[in-house]
Amino acid sequence: MTESTEPKKKSKLRPRNDMPEQAPEVRRANFAEVPFGYTEALAIDEATRCIQCKNPLCVAGCPVQIAIPEFIALIARGDFGAAARKLKETNSLPSICGRVCPQEDQCEKLCILAKKGMPVAIGNLERFAADWERDHDAAQLPAKKPLNGKRVAIVGSGPAGLTVAGELVKWGFDVTVFEALHQPGGVLVYGIPEFRLPKTIVQSEIDYLLRLGVKLEKNFVVGRTATIDELLSEEGFDAVFVGSGAGLPTFMGIPGENAIGVYSANEYLTRSNLMKAYQKDSTTPVLRGERVVTVGGGNVAMDSARTALRLGANESVIVYRRSMTEMPARSAEIHHAQEEGIRFELLCNPTAILADDNGFVCGIRCVRMELGEPDASGRRRPVVVPGSDFDIQCNVVIIAIGNRPNPLIQDTTPDIKVSKWGTIIAGEQDGRTPKPGVYAGGDVVTGAATVILAMGAGKAAARSIIEDLLGKEALDDPPPRDAVELEHRDEP
Amino acid sequence: MSQIVFKESLSSSILRMRIDAPRIAKKRKAGQFIMVRPTAQDERLPLTIAHADANAGWVEIIFQIVGQGTTSLATLNVGDKVADFVGPLGRPTHIEQFGRVLCVGGGVGTAPLHPIARALAEAGNEVTTVIGARSGDLLMLEAEMRSFSHAVHIATDDGSVGHHGFVTEVVKQLLETVAFDFAVVIGPAMMMRFTSELIVAKGIRTVASLNPIMVDGTGMCGGCRVTVHGKTQFACVDGPEFDASGIDWTELTKRLGSYRAFEEKRRDEHQCKLKVTP
Repeated sequence: MTESTEPKKKSKLRPRNDMPEQAPEVRRANFAEVPFGYTEALAIDEATRCIQCKNPLCVAGCPVQIAIPEFIALIARGDFGAAARKLKETNSLPSICGRVCPQEDQCEKLCILAKKGMPVAIGNLERFAADWERDHDAAQLPAKKPLNGKRVAIVGSGPAGLTVAGELVKWGFDVTVFEALHQPGGVLVYGIPEFRLPKTIVQSEIDYLLRLGVKLEKNFVVGRTATIDELLSEEGFDAVFVGSGAGLPTFMGIPGENAIGVYSANEYLTRSNLMKAYQKDSTTPVLRGERVVTVGGGNVAMDSARTALRLGANESVIVYRRSMTEMPARSAEIHHAQEEGIRFELLCNPTAILADDNGFVCGIRCVRMELGEPDASGRRRPVVVPGSDFDIQCNVVIIAIGNRPNPLIQDTTPDIKVSKWGTIIAGEQDGRTPKPGVYAGGDVVTGAATVILAMGAGKAAARSIIEDLLGKEALDDPPPRDAVELEHRDEP
Repeated sequence: MSQIVFKESLSSSILRMRIDAPRIAKKRKAGQFIMVRPTAQDERLPLTIAHADANAGWVEIIFQIVGQGTTSLATLNVGDKVADFVGPLGRPTHIEQFGRVLCVGGGVGTAPLHPIARALAEAGNEVTTVIGARSGDLLMLEAEMRSFSHAVHIATDDGSVGHHGFVTEVVKQLLETVAFDFAVVIGPAMMMRFTSELIVAKGIRTVASLNPIMVDGTGMCGGCRVTVHGKTQFACVDGPEFDASGIDWTELTKRLGSYRAFEEKRRDEHQCKLKVTP
């Protein structure tokens, strides 16, 4: 241990440490998390691969600018609790980001070691530090500024809303988070499956915010139970942050799409995750197809196809209209899906869903595609190969081709502006909408994107709210960084 | 919040409950629904609001015990709290002075019809109400409907009260003598289909309130999608009321049966368990 307590600055490039994980043939039949996480020894070994650049490029790749070299140095030194606290200075949900951030496109992509193809496993280390803190009950509450008398309503308890809440409560705001569902967490609980993000982790992050003083109102649909205007007038809030996400599923508009057994990924995953259909004694039904086809190539498609396996499908197929190169899912997710035996039908586009006389799905008709010229997204446009129709037999079809924002808030708030995609128009850098006192960020502004981008937007909006409600000069006087010891802290 | 403040049986399988939910009571409009999760082990059930009192702060629901969720709800008593109660959801009924309005309720569909018929009467319409049930003991809200309706007609399948037969037969007769300007039909899918077809054939604008399977009730799952005039709509956010002349009833009826096998299996298993452990 003593050898590895200091970062080895000039050591020869050692290979990156993978996290140990469940074997594919085992995990495809359970909902437990796939990777086990680093051991302390592995974490220290990985942390000492970081060469502690003077001008770290990784930080620039992080939407919330985590002090990456600093937290890694603390892990290398074996001070895991301090590493977790360092993370939490900038990122209120590190155990979540460590799991679901696309690090390969952000911090790790810019890591100097990435040039040799082996960047420091920043995400794995982030996860390790945050998990260590939770497992050792070592979380400390940061010091808060005294209450400033201003009340802020947060619409939605997903990553954007939780970030704003976590920031503002430290600045002395009286913060209430409104959640439409019966459980907080947004997409983190209804969308991302247990095997990728265990729900106990989300719950402990939420518990942390509640201990910090954030209030939570579940079963409250803003736009219906009360409108934004009512929150600002009757309910007495000084500002509202809208982080309601992109929760409205998109369908393809092909014949047969309303057959029984055709699910939006949202419905399929919600039935499994939030409503616990995967548990044997659950009262929520979900059709357990023997052959399941998932349409789409994003992370949600991977989550759906892998959930289908775990719900007992003999065969789980992904149908995607472009090739592997264009697939938007994280490469790690694609890799996990392949390992588990998911079949990929690439360059293949559904044209109809086939149903039996009782209305149940019995197959999906597809055409082969080939790649033509690049389209507006820069990806090569798939073009139909004439006469290439073929059918895939299946009894469940999951449509995972994207989500749009729910229009409820937009429809009931006349003076905010909405794009043609249904997203709320708000400043990218500041989250301000044209309506005074109303801010927005996350998927409801960008369309479906990532957890960390939503958190970045939440941080920006929180800054605007502080500036607008307390004055610009307030930003120069941030809450103290000293953490407060928790009463029941266990010494590691 | 969400405490049951009143409970009564309307028949052997139909219950009326009032839940303390001041925000919803204040905010709700005719035609809207709530989602209730009786206990943390249950599904989320969509139930259309039957009545509410903004001053007293309660919301009334009327439901028939049909599946696991409603059975669970029925076991709760005054003083108990439901795990979750959320609303008001869906678009409210478009209420205006149409003139002569026909309101048709079938079975437990009479409950959601009640606030709509009342709102239409309060808006100055001459409301003719037809309510139907399998038999007289399953009839509900007759007195309430009479309090604001111009006329109330009753049909029972067994002839125990009112017309012996279906509401469609009563509606058919009414359509021959009264020129209605607008109609609302709520009940089982088959009843709504055949009733609305009769009314629509007379060129009368008709809306039906649909109750498809849904998970969240806020637009997130898309499980409640229905085809109206060839377009997919979500009953929870675009409805629950739609122009009856454009509803794809065959698709709706099929989709309502999505989990029939699951429910039957669960019922069988449940009964088996009851036998081995009396």
